[in-house]
Amino acid sequence: MKPPPFEYHGPRDLGEALETLAAVGAHGKVLAGGQSLIPMLNMRLAAPAHLVDINRLAALAVVRETPAGVTVGALARHSEVARCGAHPLLAQALRLVAHPVIRNRGTVVGSLVHADPAAELPAVLAVLDGSVRLASVGGDGVPTDSVRRDGVQKDGVPRGGVRRDGVQRDGVPRDGGGGVVALPAGTAVRDVPAREFFTGPMESAARPGELAVSAHFPALGARTGTAFREVARRHGDYALAGVCAVVRLDEDLHIDAARVACIGVGPVPVVVDVSGVCERRPAVSVDWPAVAAAVRERTDPEGDVHASPVYRLHLVGVLAEQALREAAREAAA
Amino acid sequence: MTTKLFGEPVQRREDPRLLAGHGRYLDDLGSGALAVAFVRSPHAHARIRDIDVAPALDVDGLVAIYTWEDLPERVGRPLPLLIPHPALTHGRTAYPLARDVVRHVGEPVVMVVATDRYLAEDVCALIEVDYEPLKAVVGLEEAAHGAALVHDDVPGNVGAHLVQEVLSAAGRGAAEAIEAAPHTLAFRLDIERSASTPLEGRGVYARWDGTDLRVYSSTQTSTSVRMAIAAALGLPLPHVEVIAPDVGGGFGVKIVHPWPEEILVPWAAMLLGRELKWTEDRREHFIAAAHERGQVQHVRVGFDDDGRVLGLDVTILHDHGAYTPYGIIVPIITATQLLGPYRIGAYRVEFSAVYTNTVQVTPYRGAGRPQGVFCMERTMDKIARYLGKDRTQVREVNFIQPDEFPYDQGMIFQDGRPLIYDSGDYPRMLRMVKELIGWDDFRPAPGRGIGIGCYVEGTGVGPYEGGHVQITSDGRVHVSTGLTSQGQGHETVFAQIAADRLGVPIERVSVVTGDTRRFGYAVGTFASRAAVMSGNAIALACAKVREKALRIAGDALEADPADLTISEGLVHVAGSPSASIPLSTVAVLANPLRYAFDEETAKATQFAGTASPDRPPVAEGEEPGLEGRGYYSPIRSTFAAGMHAAIVETDPLTAEIKVVRYVVVHDCGKLINPMIVEGQIHGGVAQGIGGALYERMAYDADGQLQNASFMDFLMPYATEVPRIETGHLETPSPLNPLGIKGAGEAGVIPVSAVIASALEDAEGIEIDRMPISPSELFDLRGG
Repeated sequence: MKPPPFEYHGPRDLGEALETLAAVGAHGKVLAGGQSLIPMLNMRLAAPAHLVDINRLAALAVVRETPAGVTVGALARHSEVARCGAHPLLAQALRLVAHPVIRNRGTVVGSLVHADPAAELPAVLAVLDGSVRLASVGGDGVPTDSVRRDGVQKDGVPRGGVRRDGVQRDGVPRDGGGGVVALPAGTAVRDVPAREFFTGPMESAARPGELAVSAHFPALGARTGTAFREVARRHGDYALAGVCAVVRLDEDLHIDAARVACIGVGPVPVVVDVSGVCERRPAVSVDWPAVAAAVRERTDPEGDVHASPVYRLHLVGVLAEQALREAAREAAA
Repeated sequence: MTTKLFGEPVQRREDPRLLAGHGRYLDDLGSGALAVAFVRSPHAHARIRDIDVAPALDVDGLVAIYTWEDLPERVGRPLPLLIPHPALTHGRTAYPLARDVVRHVGEPVVMVVATDRYLAEDVCALIEVDYEPLKAVVGLEEAAHGAALVHDDVPGNVGAHLVQEVLSAAGRGAAEAIEAAPHTLAFRLDIERSASTPLEGRGVYARWDGTDLRVYSSTQTSTSVRMAIAAALGLPLPHVEVIAPDVGGGFGVKIVHPWPEEILVPWAAMLLGRELKWTEDRREHFIAAAHERGQVQHVRVGFDDDGRVLGLDVTILHDHGAYTPYGIIVPIITATQLLGPYRIGAYRVEFSAVYTNTVQVTPYRGAGRPQGVFCMERTMDKIARYLGKDRTQVREVNFIQPDEFPYDQGMIFQDGRPLIYDSGDYPRMLRMVKELIGWDDFRPAPGRGIGIGCYVEGTGVGPYEGGHVQITSDGRVHVSTGLTSQGQGHETVFAQIAADRLGVPIERVSVVTGDTRRFGYAVGTFASRAAVMSGNAIALACAKVREKALRIAGDALEADPADLTISEGLVHVAGSPSASIPLSTVAVLANPLRYAFDEETAKATQFAGTASPDRPPVAEGEEPGLEGRGYYSPIRSTFAAGMHAAIVETDPLTAEIKVVRYVVVHDCGKLINPMIVEGQIHGGVAQGIGGALYERMAYDADGQLQNASFMDFLMPYATEVPRIETGHLETPSPLNPLGIKGAGEAGVIPVSAVIASALEDAEGIEIDRMPISPSELFDLRGG
C-alpha cells in the first residue's frame, strides 16, 4: 500500500497552481485534505502522474458569509467550516462527516469534487442549488515547483519561481459572483450549479486543468428549516442512505416548499421536490406515506456488502419523512 | 511489610511507554534495511503458466526477485503442518511461494527486494504473471458439494472428519436419546467469517552477520519461529535468535508460524548479506494472513418437560480456507467446548473441515468457542421458547453442580487430554449475572429485549512454560519468560507475582518476554495461557530464588532460614527487622568474585573475609548467582467460565440495533490483577460485538474479498461498543499453585449468542445467523 510514482508540485500561489494544473492537464490530480485521494493512491486505485498540492495556498482557506449565502474556499477544512457555523444545513451535515481527525484535514470543496454518491456535502450543495467555482488558465506552462515524493527537488528551480506571464504574484482580487478567493488576472472562471456539477459516482464536471476554488451554499430564506438524517453502519461511516431536507413554510406555517437530496441511493445526490405532495398542508397533516413514496420512486439504490437495495429503498423513505418533519419543525421555530 | 500486590489493580506498567509512542514495534526497527514486497495472486484459484520479470528489471533500486524456482529445496518445501491429528487425513499447507497453483487471492507468488517499499511495490506492479484461472470453490455448501476441488488430491474437499460421542448415563447414544426424549427440535445455524485484525499486522526483520542470524518477528511465539527458521535454513539452533519486539495485538493470527515471510525474509537476508524487512500492510493482512469463525451447524436436540437436555447431536461444516497449517484445532474446540457449563445426557458431534479457495482458517481469539457457544445457547433459548419457560431456568436445570467437580465431560480436548473441568460454580454465577442485569425485573417491550449466554473456556493448555528470575547486586529483579506479549499486561502481572513472592517493591522488577536470547524454552501466547503457564512458572522460579536468598542470608545473619522473611527488599528475622541484610548484598554473596568493579562487588572478592576458607566458594550442587528457573507443566487445562447478559433496542423503522446494557460475570480463578482482567474482558466484548453486529468477510463467488479494508470490514469503533459492567467470581483452580485460570479470550466467546438471544426477545423472530446487520434484520422482519 504505497503509491505508484508521481511528480509532486507544491505551488506557492494560486496563479502557479493553475498554471501547473494547466500544464499537467488530465495527468494531474489536486491534493487538498487528502482524506480520499491518499488512500486511493496507496491502494493504487488512482495513479496520477502529477500531484498538485494546494495546501500552501492559504488564500483558499476562507469561509465568507454574506446575505446571499456561504462561500467556502478550497482549503477550508470541515472542522473550520463546522466551527464557524456558517450555514445551518452545512453544520448539520458536517456533524455526520467521518470523525474529528478526518474533519481536521478533509476539505468541504474536496469532498464535493470527490463526488462520492454516499457523501453528505454533495447532497447539501444539491438540495440548496449551490454551485462550485472552477478556475483555470489556458496554455501549457512549465511547472516551476517539481518535487519528488521523497522531498528532493527535481529541477532545482526555487519554489514559487518566476511566473511566465509576469503577473503580480498575489494577484488582483476579483469580486464577481460573490467570489471570496482572489483570482489572478486572466483566470478563466465558471460557476457550475450543483445539478450539473455531479455527473456520476466519483465524477464531477471539473475538467482537467481546472481547480475548484470555492463552493457557494445559498442562504435559506425566512421560515425555512433544514435537517439531515442518515443511517450509517458505524458512527461516522458513509451512510447506507441519507436524506437532507429544506422546508419553507408560508405565513400560516403550512408547507410552502419542500425539497430533499438523497445520498447512497443513486449515482449522484438525488434531489426530489416534494412541495406538490405536501399540498400546502401543515406538517402534521401531510400525507407522509405519499411523500416517502414520491422520494422512493425517484431513487434506484444498489446493493452492496452492507445493505440490500430493498432496505436502502425503505430507508430513504423513512429518512425523508424524518428529515422533512424535522426541517418543518425547525422552520416553525 | 511489602504491600500486597497479587490480586490488586496495579496500574499497567507498560502503558506509559506504549501510550506515549515509545513502543518499539517491528516497523520501528531496521530503518536501514532493504524492503521486501510480494506479488500476490489476484485469483482465488489458478494455475501459474508463466512469470515474466523482465518488464520490472529496469526499476532503479531493485535488488532481487525470487520465485519458487529460485528457492533451495529445503526452503521451497511446503510449510510445516504444525499440529497433526489422526482425523486430519488430508492436511495441506502452502509453499512459501506458490509453486504451480494458487489457491486463494493473496497467496504469495513472487518475492521482491528493493531499496525501499515504494520501489518494491513498483517492481511488483511490473511483474507479469500469466495465470490460467481455475474454478474457485467458495462457501461451505459449494465446498461440501465437492464438484470442484481446491486440492486435486483431496476428494470432496474434506481435509478432516471427526466424530466424538458421549453416551448417556444409561448407555444411550445421542440419536437414541433424542428419539426417546419427550420433545425434540432440529435447526440450522450459520456463523460467518471474521478475523483477528490486530492493529499491527505481521512483519519480519532479519540480520545475518555471516555466522549468526537475528530475526525480529511480530509473532506470538518467538521460540517456535526460531526452531522453524533453523530447520528451514539448516542452521544450528544456537546461531539463530528470534525476538518479538513490542507487538501491536495478535488475537491468534500471530501464533501461526512459520509464515512464508518468516522463512523467506531471513533466507534472502543471508543470501544477499543485507538486512531485510517486510512489513505487512492492511490489504495483505486481509487477504494473506488468516481468518476464522465460518461454520454451518445442523442441530438436533431432545429434552424433557423441564428443558433438561437428554440428547444432542450436532453436525458441523467448518470452512478451513485453502490450507490447514494449524491443524483442526478450531473445529475440535468448537466440538468440545460446545457443552459449556452443562451436563448433557448424550452428545454426538461430527465435523467436516472442508477446503475453500479463501484465506486459511486458524484460531482467532475464542478459537472455535464462539461458534460452539452460539450453538449451545441458541439451543437453550429454543428449548425455553418451545416450553414457554424462562431462558435462565432451562439453563439452570442443565448446569453441572458445584459439588460435581472435577467434572469429566468424557471427551478429548484440544490438548489431547481428557475434557475434565477443574472447578466452578455455575448456579451462583447465574444468580450474579441475573442480579447485575436485573433479569427478573426486566419488562420486555416491542423493540427491547434481554439476552443471556453462558460458556466454559478451557484455558492454560500445556505443554509447559518456564520462567527465569535473577536478582542482581543492585537489588533489581529481572524476570524473563519465553512466551510473548501483545499488549496484554504481562509486564505488570508477572512483576506483581515476582514482587509478591520475593518481597521486593514492584518498581525493582523488570520483565522481558519473547526474546530467545533471554529464555529459549517456550511454547507461545495463545489459548488464554500466559498467566496460568508463565505466571506459575515465574512463581516457581521465585520460590527457588527466595529459598536460596534465605539460605545465604541465614549464613550471613547467623539465623535459621526458617525464621527469615523478606520485605521491601530486605531479608530479616521475622518480627525483628533490625537484623537484616538487603537482597542486593545477598546477590553479591551468592556470586564469589575475584575481581571487584564497585563497592558492592568488592564484598564478594576473595580477600573480603566474607567466605569460609574451609569450603569451596561455590558449594557442591550450588550455582553462582542469585537466580532460579522454574517450569510449569500442567496435567491438563484449567476451565474458566463466564455468563454475559445484554439489553438491546431495535428501531422499528430503520432496524438499527443498539446494545444499551452489557454485563459480564466472569470466573478465571484467582485474580492476579482485576483491572487487567477487566481490560481483557472489555477488549474481548468489543471483538464479540464486532462478530455479532458488524464483521464479516464478504467473498464473492469468484473468491474475491469484497471488503478487504477497514472502510468496508466494519470493526466496531468505541462508539459502537457499549459500556461493560463486570462482576467477578473466584473459584480457584486446584491444578496450579496460584489457583488461576486464563482470561484472555473470555470476553469474546458468548457475545454473538447473547446478542442473538436479546434480539430474538426484542423482535420475536428467531435469530439463527450471525452477524446480523440492520439490512438483514429488516429482511427477517419481512421487509
